[in-house]
Amino acid sequence: MSLYSTQKLIYQLNRDPGVRARHASDLDGLLRDYDLTAEELEAIRAPDIGLLYVMGVNGQLLMHFAALHGFQWNAYIEAMKEGERKYGPVRTGLYSRAAARL
Amino acid sequence: MTLVFAGVCSHAPGITGRKERADPIARDAFYASLRRLRDAMEAQRPEALVVVAAEHFANFFMNNMPAICVGMAESYEGPIEDEKWLGIARTRMPGAPDLSQRLTEQIMQDVDLAYAQEWKFDHGIMVPLSFLTPRHDLPIIPVNINCQGPPLIPLKRCYEFGRALRRACDIAPERIAVIGTGGLSHWPATPDSGRINEKWDRTFIERFLANDRDALISYRDEETWREAGQGGFEIRTYVAVAGVSEGSTGELWCYEPIPIFAVGCTVAVMNIGRKEQ
Repeated sequence: MSLYSTQKLIYQLNRDPGVRARHASDLDGLLRDYDLTAEELEAIRAPDIGLLYVMGVNGQLLMHFAALHGFQWNAYIEAMKEGERKYGPVRTGLYSRAAARL
Repeated sequence: MTLVFAGVCSHAPGITGRKERADPIARDAFYASLRRLRDAMEAQRPEALVVVAAEHFANFFMNNMPAICVGMAESYEGPIEDEKWLGIARTRMPGAPDLSQRLTEQIMQDVDLAYAQEWKFDHGIMVPLSFLTPRHDLPIIPVNINCQGPPLIPLKRCYEFGRALRRACDIAPERIAVIGTGGLSHWPATPDSGRINEKWDRTFIERFLANDRDALISYRDEETWREAGQGGFEIRTYVAVAGVSEGSTGELWCYEPIPIFAVGCTVAVMNIGRKEQ
């Protein structure tokens, strides 16, 4: 369920200006609304785009979260590659062959 | 017969958001084909445009993900993404709720649908509309097929949805155009973004243009994921348009692999008797 919560936070950030405003003004309060692990909280706060990618966050969500934090396109792509080098292969979700369940 | 036009095109966000970074020859050829698509569609004087799209977690999430959803709103706003990031200014477009309800009720005789009276368009719809209806004055009926991740609707049911949409269009008095939008092989928003399997794309396009139903519905998601990336799931929009156009073949107007756009940029039309309209 935790990847679900991480992705739901980013989904709501991407589509709701009110959630984005709260992200800017009351991040701690916003994060308390989601069931996130310590690692996920750290990745969101940093933000660590590479770690979020390795955790399995869908790129269609992640690319907008990265843009929100000022990542240009090449920097976003590089952040994911750096995440794989630093944390290993994608753990779960659509980009993990073992977990994709197709 | 009130389906007056059917076609397909790509919708990747780089098409508008990273246009200055593309090979200008390939880009401009693709843009010219989109203008040709617009001209051909306008020549049929449609009163509404059904856009069969594959959205990307703009409106639908894993808390309540419809296999297929039809928009039934008075109007729609888009893009939901940052305007500068996508290179498209935010605007409001008219819907066609009465027509949408009639089409939906008819389609539901054969295929289960969800509907939505609230919908923010993402690049999957806004990029095509920025070329096809730049004045944003043509009423839009959005359709979303979940192409983001499993469980995914089987391709044979996408084709059946297209057939049901055609039957519904053909008993409506309005003149209706249908555009399917999606990528073929691509690995969007991942470290492999820019990878394109041109051979796979061209084989799919050949089957699409021939409207070879058996070949189109023969793709298995595991194979697509391996050879065409997770973005390849968006072939569902093309398969639906093939169903809309059952009995007709198509013409390819553009296929240009443009890595910075992350897809083989495609424009094609189906010959559904446009000249006779």
